[in-house]
Amino acid sequence: MQHRYKNNLGLWGWLGGGRYGADRYAYALHRLSGLGILAYFLMHIFVTGTRVDGPEAWESAMHFFENPLFRLGEFLVFLAFLYHAVNGIRLVLVELGLLVGKPGLPSYPYSHSVIRQRPVLVVAMVITAVLVLFAGADFLFLTK
Amino acid sequence: MSTSKESGKMKTIVFEVLRYDPEKGGTPHLQEFTVPLHKGMTVLDGLHWIKEHEDPTLTWRSSCRMGICGSCGMFINGLPRLACTNQITHLHSDRVVIKPLPNFDIIRDLVPDLESLFDRHRSVKPYLIRRDRIEQNSPTREYFQSSEELVNYIQFAYCIKCGLCLSACPTVATSEDYTGPQALTQGWRYLADTRDEGTEEHSEELYSKHGVYRCHFAGACSQVCPKGVDPAMAIQLAKQAAFLKSMGLCKDKPGAPVTPPIDNWVSEKEIPKPPEPTVARES
Ligand code: HEM
Ligand code: SF4
Ligand code: FES
Repeated sequence: MQHRYKNNLGLWGWLGGGRYGADRYAYALHRLSGLGILAYFLMHIFVTGTRVDGPEAWESAMHFFENPLFRLGEFLVFLAFLYHAVNGIRLVLVELGLLVGKPGLPSYPYSHSVIRQRPVLVVAMVITAVLVLFAGADFLFLTK
Repeated sequence: MSTSKESGKMKTIVFEVLRYDPEKGGTPHLQEFTVPLHKGMTVLDGLHWIKEHEDPTLTWRSSCRMGICGSCGMFINGLPRLACTNQITHLHSDRVVIKPLPNFDIIRDLVPDLESLFDRHRSVKPYLIRRDRIEQNSPTREYFQSSEELVNYIQFAYCIKCGLCLSACPTVATSEDYTGPQALTQGWRYLADTRDEGTEEHSEELYSKHGVYRCHFAGACSQVCPKGVDPAMAIQLAKQAAFLKSMGLCKDKPGAPVTPPIDNWVSEKEIPKPPEPTVARES
């Protein structure tokens, strides 16, 4: 009897970037941030839904979320949103085939689309970082 | 077998190789071997040394040892690579850790079961489809194609079906249904070929719910491809074509025509004659 060994990487295979390029990490982070915002969005609907039960229910819910831990949580959701939105614009461009270059004659050393669009990934990350700094300043100094 | 005196002087390198015995089953384990290192030695050379000197039962798949047959794909020091085109010293490590390609079942030791690759490949109908089957099966002349049109797909035609891209792909890791970078690229290779008339046939799998839209551009396939095929580009170009078509911005072109016979063609007079045979023909 011959046994095969199942060797599919599964969940770790998509989450772990390993020794692959930055784009594979961007991929995992895009999905995680998307799911994060989605989770927030669902909770948000539930929480704002308390308004239906009258002003007292709303006030007590708002009071519950004044805790600094939730403020930090909100900030993290905003970071996830910033990353997801900026990187999402890059993905739209790339997946419309706009930044990947043209097919050519295969001659060594090979170049490829992922390297060609890499500068756009860098620009997207710089934009995200700048926005995060602004958001951080706002979070630390401007809000109560 | 090298004597201990020799190996004391010789540079060596440690190979850690995954072993799996299908008769016993169970979990695969890593086994260490110390291999003498010489200049220009590839990972495949190291495996051959182990098989010759240490353990004849060590099993892997290889054939051409020049990066063209696509059988020696392995997971070497954390990346899917061909064992025959990677020199040990270029890995910049004093250990070579070799496992079979992930995302494929292990048959034995370093031998992955590539059947799932070939099933995926077949699903896109990777061959030229023409309406006129009689002309295709017994051609009168060639189909017309310019060298510019050739460049649209030739790099995708360099795929050697090694499966490295499927091992690197995070979507393949979680989904056995995903058509995958190798096959999607071959589907696009025929859509981009001006001679092909099977747009509908190739598109069925390419644009199915397991097709190009499950790619989210993690880019690992193009990073590891040893032939510069760039599957990530082919998949995005396939998405672009579908988008342009859905917006009415581009239409399917008819397949390239059979080149017409050229009238009043005169043979060049100066064509040199082949040299006389140097070996006498058998009568
Ligand atoms: C400016 C706002 C946004 C932009 C530009 C954007 C862009 C994108 C793009 C382009 C994708 C597809 C990625 C791919 O094909 O690889 C995506 C996926 C996704 N987005 Fe967004 N998005 C935005 C806001 C949101 C919001 C508000 C949510 C949550 C409620 C969200 C949740 C998701 C999820 C769950 C995915 C799937 C991730 C995956 O499959 O990898 N996005 N987004
Ligand atoms: S596309 Fe490249 S990595 Fe994938 S099977 Fe073909 S040659 Fe191998
Ligand atoms: S042995 Fe043929 S590709 Fe490595």
